[in-house]
Parts: sequence; structure tokens; C-alpha cells
Amino acid sequence: MVSAARATGRRWSLSSRAAARLRHRSLRAAAVVYLGLMIALPAAVVIDEGFARGLSDLRDGLAYPGAAEAVWLTLATSTAAAVVNAVFGTIIAYVLVRFRFPGRRLLGALVDLPLAIPTLVTGVMLVALYGPASPIGRALEGAGIEVAFARLGILLALLVVTLPFVVRAVQPVLLELDPAEEEAAETLGASGWTTFRRIVLPAIRPAIAAGALLVFARSLGEFGSVVIVSGNITGRTLTAPVLIFQLASQFKPEQAAAVASVLFAISFGTVLITTRLARGRRGGQP
Amino acid sequence: MSELIRVENLTKRFGDFEAVRDVTFTAEAGSITALLGPSGSGKSTVLRMIAGLETPTRGRIWLGQEEQTHTSVQERRVGFVFQHYALFRHLTVWQNVMFGLAVRRMSKRERRARVEELLELVQLGPFRDRYPDQLSGGQRQRVALARALAPRPNVLLLDEPFGALDARVRQDLRRWLDNLHRELGVTSLLVTHDQDEALELANRLVVMREGRIEQVGTPNEIYNEPATPFVAGFVGSANVLHGHVIDGHMEFGEHRVPIANDLADGIDARAFVRPHDVRVRAGGSGGGSGTARATVERIVTLGWLSRVVLRLGDGQAIVAELPSDELCDVGLGDVVAVDVRRALAFRASDVGRLAEFASVES
Repeated sequence: MVSAARATGRRWSLSSRAAARLRHRSLRAAAVVYLGLMIALPAAVVIDEGFARGLSDLRDGLAYPGAAEAVWLTLATSTAAAVVNAVFGTIIAYVLVRFRFPGRRLLGALVDLPLAIPTLVTGVMLVALYGPASPIGRALEGAGIEVAFARLGILLALLVVTLPFVVRAVQPVLLELDPAEEEAAETLGASGWTTFRRIVLPAIRPAIAAGALLVFARSLGEFGSVVIVSGNITGRTLTAPVLIFQLASQFKPEQAAAVASVLFAISFGTVLITTRLARGRRGGQP
Repeated sequence: MSELIRVENLTKRFGDFEAVRDVTFTAEAGSITALLGPSGSGKSTVLRMIAGLETPTRGRIWLGQEEQTHTSVQERRVGFVFQHYALFRHLTVWQNVMFGLAVRRMSKRERRARVEELLELVQLGPFRDRYPDQLSGGQRQRVALARALAPRPNVLLLDEPFGALDARVRQDLRRWLDNLHRELGVTSLLVTHDQDEALELANRLVVMREGRIEQVGTPNEIYNEPATPFVAGFVGSANVLHGHVIDGHMEFGEHRVPIANDLADGIDARAFVRPHDVRVRAGGSGGGSGTARATVERIVTLGWLSRVVLRLGDGQAIVAELPSDELCDVGLGDVVAVDVRRALAFRASDVGRLAEFASVES
């Protein structure tokens, strides 16, 4: 009786261990296969196509008329978007976490709205708001500021579309920060600004950087809102993603791939920096 | 150098909730005053208003000769010690202590000398390059104290400073703070829910409940002459016995005990009896009017001290605490003579549900 019970017990425990191993393996396989199919494979194809002849493809991509300008414009507007949203995203996150005021929840929900709205719709909204047909657009034009169908419009579209990224990267880190640290700084005589700069900022700096890089990476490829807002004037308001779209729809796949490989190289570099930053944050003392 | 703290009719409302109500007291210059009360009694809010971290709804605050009700946190020059240390986690011990000096723009040499001096004072010199998460709780709180004292604050405010530490460290640190205070003499206000801490450290106690002051007094006054049933139950432990007042005595069952305070004859009352005011003698006979018989129900020995749970003739339980060696001829189930040396009586209607605060249970 006793030995029988022990035997069944052992068989049961063996089979359960085997089941656990099977579960682990199939979950791991699912993760690896899915990531491989969805990301690694297309990335490999782009790298293979784009760099088949080494860096000369990159040069060809930039040699196409208007391509260099388009890549520069994309880089410049993406960088500007990253900087501006790093500042305002941090302010919004700080206000949402530290202050209690009526409408706070609504503001929190508003932050995520750009993720939900199709980017084409964002573009249409911006043209309706700042275009020549609207009173605001006319007033700005009268003051010599062009928004719609100009570079400012591109930046504005990027800012709207990428607004959530820094906010959502900084918010959880701020939530973990003990408000008593800030209060301690103030009792020691530090002003609000000094407290923010010397106590809060060092703690959230990696999160701000990660969010800003995400803004930059997303801005590099932003198409929907930009194609509507920018007017797509070659050499002036034509961005790299829109140029790629034009080349592809004009049945010039090689040129499209060449410009695409330039964008890919830039975004790949961004990802490398991001992972480096993330690793730095995890390891040891700041 | 050190100054008094005075608050007058201090009131704080959070929405509909009145956290602090008409609190008035003075902390003498150079003394330690304790704000003692259960959690939610408003004592931390009072401290935070004095520091300027919270704005009073009503009332006035003086630090020294100057009214500071409307000045900013930075102007008040208080040292504040938080329950969970609130050290700057990305700065070293040295940088933490330096922070308040750097902000106040002293000369570099002066600053360094001051930080050295304070690290010496809190005995953390060798740990100057460590980060807060590389220190024990007790060490962290000493860093927090050094940081608060570095800019030579007018007053020191401590918000449950030992609350997050284990019992042993808490006791060491308490003794250490006592010595430090003797040395520096900085006016200190200590918020605590721990009566031992308050009784041991403070020259004066302010006992709070539900946002109001229950009693202000020296540790002796608070312990021996509690003004309210709440204070009697919260500070020190007490038996609460039901009975009536007759001729300056408390009567419960066949038992009569002289009471220390005046109450009208015949009213329904509750007697508060400290466990160390209960004497137990073997053999249930003899004694005067204050003597009654009781059955020994439980004996708990805590080293030199023993706690005896007794059942009186009228069914009420009473706890006695006495040196273990006085108990040698008393055993479980024995009928013994019980003397109550001293009791305080309060109207039953004033005690109400407060009896639950009394920390002795049968």
C-alpha cells in the first residue's frame, strides 16, 4: 500500500515536471518564432537588400534628386520633435504625477489620444486648423508664419503623434520617486527649480532619454500625418518616408530600397543607443 | 541659537476632513517636545505645517520671535527628519549632508569642515562615499539627521524617525539621539505613536487624538495624572474596570478602591488601574477595604517581570504586573488577595468606546 502510493506519487511528480518543461519550451518557441517572423526576418531582408553592395547603396540612396534633402529634413524635424517633446512630456508627466487638480484624469486620458487617432486624421485636423482656409492659418500667414504645407507643419504633426512617448516613459519612474525626497530638499533651502534639477531630474533622466529616442525613431518613419500636412514639395517639405512612398508608387523599387536603407541605418543606430542606455540604467550606481 | 516653537489655534482641513483642529501649544527653547498619538491623530500634519510643507487652514505659527505662518519652507530654516529617511538616493552620504550647505552658499572650506564635523558627530565618517542603499536603516537615519542638522537649523522636526527600524536599533538610536540633544540643545519636536519613545526622550508631551490635543504635560503628569480616559488608556497600560463611585471610592462587586480624582457619588464609572498598581498575595484572606479576592487564570513570565491575569468575584478580569520572584507561592487556579493601590476614575459616559485603547486585555 505504502510503496504503491509512493510509486504513483513519483510517477505523478515526474509527469508534472515533464509537463512544466514542455510548457516552458513551447512558450519560448512561440516567443522566438513570432519575433523572428515579425521582426528579425524583415530586418534581415532590408539589411540584405539595402547593403548588398556595401555602403555604396547608402550613397546611391542619397544621390537620388531630392533624397539627401529629404533625409536631412527628416533628421532635423525628428530631432526637434524629440527635444521639444522631451521637455513638454516631462512637464506633463510631472504635473500628472505630483499635482492634484480637477480635470487631471481627463488630461491623463488626453495624452493617449494621439495613439488612438489614425495619423492621417491627425494630418487632416492640422490642415483644417492651420491651413489657409482657416482663420488661424490666415492670421499666422499674415504674421509671416507658415504652418500648413511648410516645415513647421511637419514638426507640429510629429509633435502631436509622438506626444505620449516621453510622458508614458517618465510617469512610472516619477511615481516610484518618494515625494519626501523633494520635501527634504526644500526644507534644506533648495528652491523648487533647484529641487527639480538636482533631485528629480537625475532620477528620471534615463527615462526621458528613452522616451525621446522613441519619439525620434517614430518620427523618422512618420508618414500619415506628414504626407497631408507637408505639401510634399521636393527639396523643401518632402520627408524621407514620403519620398520612399513616391518612389515605390512610381515603380522605382531599387531607388525606394536605397532611400529606405538610409532610414533603416539611422533607426538601427537609434535602437543600439536605446539598448545601451537601458543597460546603463540597470547596472549599479548612477 | 535655539528657539521656541509656538502654534496657536492651528487647524487643517483636507476637503471635508478636519485633520487638525484648534491645536495650541509651545515647545520651549532647547527642549524635546513629543507629539504623541495614534495614527491618524493629526500629529504629523501639525509637524508638516510647522515645517511649511503644509499650509494651515487657520491658525498661526511662531519659530522664535518671528511669526512664520506665511513664510516658505526654505525661509523657515527647520531641520526635518522623515520616517523613511528620504535620503537622496543618487547622492553619496557626503553629498547628502553637503546638499543643504551647497544650497545656502557657504564658502567651500566652511562647507567641508561642517560636513566633516557632522559625519564625525553621527559616527559615519568611514561611510562617506557610500550610497543610501548601501547602508542599514539605522545608518540611513543617522545620515538623515546629519543632513538636517548641517545647515544649523533653528529647530529640529522629527516625523516618526525610528518608526521604520526594528526594536533593537530603535532603542540604540533613541539613546543616541538623547545624548546628541544634550550636546546640541536644539529645540526639537518629535512626532511618535510610541509612548516609550515619547516618555524616554521628551521633556514635554502633547497627546493628540482625532486632530485635537487631549493633554499637554510632563511625562510624569501625563502618566500619573491623565486628564482624560483616552490619555489614561493610551499612555502606559491600564485595566479598565466597571463600577460605581461611592464616597470617594470606586466600588465594583464587593471591592472598594480609593480614587485619585473627584467624581459625584452614585454615578456609573470606569476605573483605570495600572497593572503595577495591583498587588497579589497568596491566600485569599486579610487586608483592608482595598482588598478583594480573585482567582489566578493565567501567568505569563517575561523574565524578571510576570503578568498575572486575575478574575475578580464579580466576573471582571484584572491584570497585575509584578516581579517574578514575588510570585513563587502563587499558582494557577489559586484564590489570592488582590490590593489595588491606586485607581483613576472617569465617568462611564466619557469613556464610551475608548476603553478599547487601554492596552491591557484579559
